[in-house]
Amino acid sequence: MKRTHLGKYLYTALGIFFTAMMLFPVYWMVNASLQSGASAANTSLVPDHPTVAAYSRAFSEQLGNLGTSLLIGLGTVALTLVIAAPAAYSLAMFRVRGSRLITVALLIAQMIPGVVIANSLYPAYASLGLLNNIPGLVLADATTSVPFAVLILRTFMEAIPLALIEAARIDGASHFRAFISVVLPISRNAVITAGLFSFLFAWSDFIFALTLTTTNSVRPITLGIYSYLSAAVQNWGPVLATSVIASVPAIILLVLAQRRIAAGAFGGAVK
Amino acid sequence: MTIVNRVPQAVNEFNGGSYAGAGRPPRSRRRALRSALTPWYFLAPVLAYLLLFFGYPIVKNVEMGFQDYSTSTFYTGVAPWVGFANYSQVFHSGIFTTALTNTAVFTIGSITGQFVLGLALAVFFKRKFPLNGVLRSLFLLPWLIPLIASSAVWKWILDQDSGVLNQTLLNLHLIHTPIPWLSSPSVALLAVMIVNIWLGIPFNLTILYSGLQAIPAEQYEAGALDGATGWKAFWYITLPNLRPVIGIVLMLGVVYTLKVLDIILGLTGGGPANATQTLATESYQQSFTQFQFGQGAALSNILIVISLVFTMFYLRSQRAQTGA
Repeated sequence: MKRTHLGKYLYTALGIFFTAMMLFPVYWMVNASLQSGASAANTSLVPDHPTVAAYSRAFSEQLGNLGTSLLIGLGTVALTLVIAAPAAYSLAMFRVRGSRLITVALLIAQMIPGVVIANSLYPAYASLGLLNNIPGLVLADATTSVPFAVLILRTFMEAIPLALIEAARIDGASHFRAFISVVLPISRNAVITAGLFSFLFAWSDFIFALTLTTTNSVRPITLGIYSYLSAAVQNWGPVLATSVIASVPAIILLVLAQRRIAAGAFGGAVK
Repeated sequence: MTIVNRVPQAVNEFNGGSYAGAGRPPRSRRRALRSALTPWYFLAPVLAYLLLFFGYPIVKNVEMGFQDYSTSTFYTGVAPWVGFANYSQVFHSGIFTTALTNTAVFTIGSITGQFVLGLALAVFFKRKFPLNGVLRSLFLLPWLIPLIASSAVWKWILDQDSGVLNQTLLNLHLIHTPIPWLSSPSVALLAVMIVNIWLGIPFNLTILYSGLQAIPAEQYEAGALDGATGWKAFWYITLPNLRPVIGIVLMLGVVYTLKVLDIILGLTGGGPANATQTLATESYQQSFTQFQFGQGAALSNILIVISLVFTMFYLRSQRAQTGA
């Protein structure tokens, strides 16, 4: 008895060790962002004299960019849900001819490299005046979240009993009405998950921010970090403080939707 | 993809788009037509979006690959047709072979590392011990952090003079001189690969872990009676059962690795001396730093063909797995 108990804790210890190894870079990011002289070999293993100097500089330099990223993130969530939720409902509930083809198209869409899309969107955006433009970035960022959200929501909506919708229909509700007042409330958790991921995708987007902006007028936070990196970095404090700030939505997502994140790894692609 | 084929008759009743169910009397043709269109109203936004933001870019890229599409095009609006000139320029540029080789090495190296470590961790976490669930979700954090933020901290960790990696290796007397991780052409690709392996572990761990959970415990019990424990159990029970999941992880891994742009641009920018230039970064460089959109499109098209080949394998294995 005692041996197996001890063995259990041995595994916990090993598990903590592996996790610590894996999370070391994240720790190092936080650790260094709290030290003032984070320039060279003098960074200590723990922030024994923590200072928020790097954060105040990061905020003073990046506040506008954070706002831009927030707007783009929220815009992408709205656009994605408006497009994806009805589509998922239709694919889950009506077995129309061609729905299989649409599903395959969504799977393939997830595989297309962002640089390919950026390459041809650039000239189109240039002539439509969508470069350096928040709606333009929202539309481009949704290429990551729309296929993902449709597939995730469809998987969830397939589990909704048809009888529920039939009942609403018999009560005289239109298809649209049944969707809004029956399907969406039941799917609330799945909608929240899809929304959280859409936000995270747009917030983390770098490729479209990099290619579809040409001036400093619209700069998401990822570009803020990149412009630190493309020059020789003298002081890592503000760079890492900005990185920590940019990682906050990821941490919130991990806490809020811990159990549903596994589904995110599948990208709705595996069932 | 799956249920479509499995759900029996009952669902076919809904083919017409009406929920009224069996025995529905045909009211009028107009009504029937209207309900047949209903599913398409719900699908219209996504179809329009797919056409504009996936269909158009792909078609446009093919077209641009055959055009002299450069800065002047944006002023004059003229993009002369040049046949295969972009492709031949790309192939003869000298960088192409480097980029192709780097892409192959980067992809194979990253996938191997991610997969082996992910599988080892998945097997480890299969045991029941206190804090298992918490630790497993902490493992996901690197996967959720913006890639460019991860690149920032890794760039500093790998810094030749002040990076913590070299300092640790020096203190442990494993090396005598600091390794120029990101500034030497001979190790830069390896360094970028290490970072990409780190990024890919959560994905591999998560999918392989759920694959392991799906293997029935009876198989291990029966195997144990026949003396299959430890490595033998892993080899004869775990691996064969996990095969479909392994196929999916590897193919998705390849497709995702081919696209990688953020971390290479963040860490090395494709340098030093093109040592970390891949097809994706080279396509970006041609279009957005050289403003040779035609050549960038040609490279994009090559990249997309390679991705599609793997995607097809993936779709086929999915279909085989679900027995459709």
